[in-house]
Amino acid sequence: MQSVYAMGAVGAVVVAAALAGQMTRGEAWMSAVAFAGFAVFLAGFCYRVARWATAPVPFRIPTTCGQQKSLPWIKSATLENPSTTGGVLGRMALEVLLFRSLFRNSQTRLDQGRLIFSEQKYLWLAALAFHWSLLIILVRHLRLLVEPVPAVLLLIERVDGFFQLGAPPLYLSDIVLACALAYLLLRRFRDPMVRYISQFSDYFALLVLIGIAASGLVMRYVTRVDVVAVKQFALGLAAFHPVRAAALGSVFAVHLALISVLAAYFPFSKLMHMGGEFLSPTRNLANNNRSKRHINPWNYPVKTHSYAEWEEEFRDKLKGADLPLEADHAARASAD
Amino acid sequence: MPQELLQIEARKPDGDWKNPAVQFRKGFFCYGAAAKNVRYLDLPNPRDWQPFDADWKLPPDWKQILLEGMKERLQRYRSFRLFMDICVRCGACADKCHFYIGSSDPKNMPVVRAELMRSVYRRYFTLAGRIFGALAGGRELTEEVVREWFFYFYQCTECRRCSVFCPYGIDTAEITMIGRELLNLIGCNTNWVLEPAANCLRTGNHLGIQPHGFKDSLEFAAGELEEITGIRVEVPINRKGAEVLFVMPSADYFAEPHYYTLLGYMMLLHEIGLDFTFSAFASEGGNFGLFSSHDLMKRLNAKVYEEARRLGVKWILGGECGHMWRVLHQYMDTMNGPADFLEEPVSPITGTKFENARSTRMVHICEFTADLIHQGKLRLDPARNDRWTVTFHDSCNPARSMGLLEEPRYIIRNACNRFHEMPENTIREQTFCCGSGAGLGTDENLEMRLRGGFPRANAVKYVKEQHGVNLLACICAIDKATLPTLMDYWVPGVQVAGVHELLGNALVMRGEKARTTDLRGVPLAAEVANA
Repeated sequence: MQSVYAMGAVGAVVVAAALAGQMTRGEAWMSAVAFAGFAVFLAGFCYRVARWATAPVPFRIPTTCGQQKSLPWIKSATLENPSTTGGVLGRMALEVLLFRSLFRNSQTRLDQGRLIFSEQKYLWLAALAFHWSLLIILVRHLRLLVEPVPAVLLLIERVDGFFQLGAPPLYLSDIVLACALAYLLLRRFRDPMVRYISQFSDYFALLVLIGIAASGLVMRYVTRVDVVAVKQFALGLAAFHPVRAAALGSVFAVHLALISVLAAYFPFSKLMHMGGEFLSPTRNLANNNRSKRHINPWNYPVKTHSYAEWEEEFRDKLKGADLPLEADHAARASAD
Repeated sequence: MPQELLQIEARKPDGDWKNPAVQFRKGFFCYGAAAKNVRYLDLPNPRDWQPFDADWKLPPDWKQILLEGMKERLQRYRSFRLFMDICVRCGACADKCHFYIGSSDPKNMPVVRAELMRSVYRRYFTLAGRIFGALAGGRELTEEVVREWFFYFYQCTECRRCSVFCPYGIDTAEITMIGRELLNLIGCNTNWVLEPAANCLRTGNHLGIQPHGFKDSLEFAAGELEEITGIRVEVPINRKGAEVLFVMPSADYFAEPHYYTLLGYMMLLHEIGLDFTFSAFASEGGNFGLFSSHDLMKRLNAKVYEEARRLGVKWILGGECGHMWRVLHQYMDTMNGPADFLEEPVSPITGTKFENARSTRMVHICEFTADLIHQGKLRLDPARNDRWTVTFHDSCNPARSMGLLEEPRYIIRNACNRFHEMPENTIREQTFCCGSGAGLGTDENLEMRLRGGFPRANAVKYVKEQHGVNLLACICAIDKATLPTLMDYWVPGVQVAGVHELLGNALVMRGEKARTTDLRGVPLAAEVANA
């Protein structure tokens, strides 16, 4: 049901945007939507990150995935169980750039009363492919927002468009993104475990991304959108000075509207894992808990059962068992 | 115990997890805390109740208490706030939980367990949830949800295995801990957590053993050791001015097979002539507060430093215990430090500085012993352990919160001739829990324990069949208490032991008589005795 709602929501955006694209002064609407989406994204993202960052980390709770640093002759896992800031940076880099923890994924299943563990790298592969290709595509899009286009962007385009199968060149990142998104969506539908845990938000984010990718692909490879006009329009947006652009069409409107929706939705959703990952206390702390003191900013005294109270309560039994008493110590000290 | 072997079968999840209805089936939950224990600990809402009761006798403003408690914790713990927000439900954790594998109950998938809390968080603490409710993944907080929380938050051993696989390191143990804290605010706690905690606060140990009983136990052990080795070891208790305070889990001087580990410690400490003392006040390092609330954890842990200060020791040595070490490693210094009245730990026998314990000034006995062996300070005869073919169970807490992996293995390899690892996906940081940690190790919960322990048992069964393993060594008191039941049920013929029992067996003491039995009183093989 959640997936149906999500499809409905995305469908509604697509239809509305397609209609807007046909309207006269449609680009004014598009500009407004894009600005609003971008503004909500920026403000929301900063707010959410600030909320996390201002919450204290009272205790050091890193999860360790390897040998601790202890005796000098025992080799410690400097990246998986870092004890230094350098190690933590390495661990975080592995997580952020290569999805190290997800790479560890295995599948556990029962086979005639036995547990079988098998390698399960598809989720890791699809996630990595999706994130990296999205990043490359985003970077490529910068050429629409800057003039002149920096050499580094041109280089990325050249490498990405390595498979020259006619004009326009086919971008590798486009294919990878489409395949990865398709896999991730199919997985949500087909894997019973994942379907059980999936919610509106999971389908919605995926469908919006798929809509963005699809409209982008259509514009590039099918309808051949007027790139000069798009760039004119985009530069206008970037300069906060929207310009009238001739005949951008419905597909472009859908593309832009979905991007704006995604941007606006971002801070209120699980997509915030992008910012959150860096702040995760189980990953970004060094496991030096016993060697360095860590301060809890809201530490407060608690009611304990002190030694004095304990001795008071068990005085007779301590005496009977001939165990030393503080009182005796005191008496002995004064006698000396 | 069930008459027939449990059928562990994988079923596809069905239904909607948002429906909070749970059935308190016998064997799947722990009983509610007795009023006297709740009262002794000054916790809210002491009353007689059971989870299967229709009326839980919650305080009238329970909902407000829970929501305010949640708000407070969202402001206090970045972990909590973050873990409520960033899960993408990728499913990587889903089949990593021993309880999910053993029960096929989809709410035991770590992601869903956390979602039980997240859905309430979304409904009351996020804009989207307040406006869109269920569509944004929100859920009303009802009494049914409270029951569901109780059922599932006390069906998590806080072992952190799922966290190892999470791309963002979301730690379900953190969420469970907060969940239990919240439940404590309205008096929904289990007796198996609060009774040990109350005992611990009162007497210093979770079994409620009073000082004279503590002394008796240790002296009895010394007597047994004299029979086995011919050597009388000393039993210093509450001795001021000793160099080292030794703190262990109380089960070590009370229960089997823990007791043999105690014998091992005593032999070792005597043999190297360490100037140490036990304490009848800090007669327990294990901390049931960890399974209840951060407050209670701090209250119970405080005695360790208090006693070290009072006795004037230089540093502290800690025995084999899982959650004790979770607390000592991750919380003690922050909660009850600084330990500036102690000195940075140095082994007086080898001169090794334990730099990794520079601040808490508390060293794990496995670190200490591994160093002794490495420096050649111990004479070991591994042949005395030849009746055992050993495998090692990485206890969750030391493995996943410290990374104490090699030290115990080093000791075992030096104390035993035959050692085999279990399969890779089931050891070290990927180790499977015994299924009874975090205050779940009680018999009323037996079916769930056996189900939860199944993945661990299954791996042991594998090495038993492959290599004839007949001993499962571990370094956690809860493991030692609950793994024997698990083994008897799933892998009959495999015994459980502490690492220092194996060390004690192998340790050749100066002036010892010809040893005829091991620490369990089982005769050593003739050829070994003659050798």
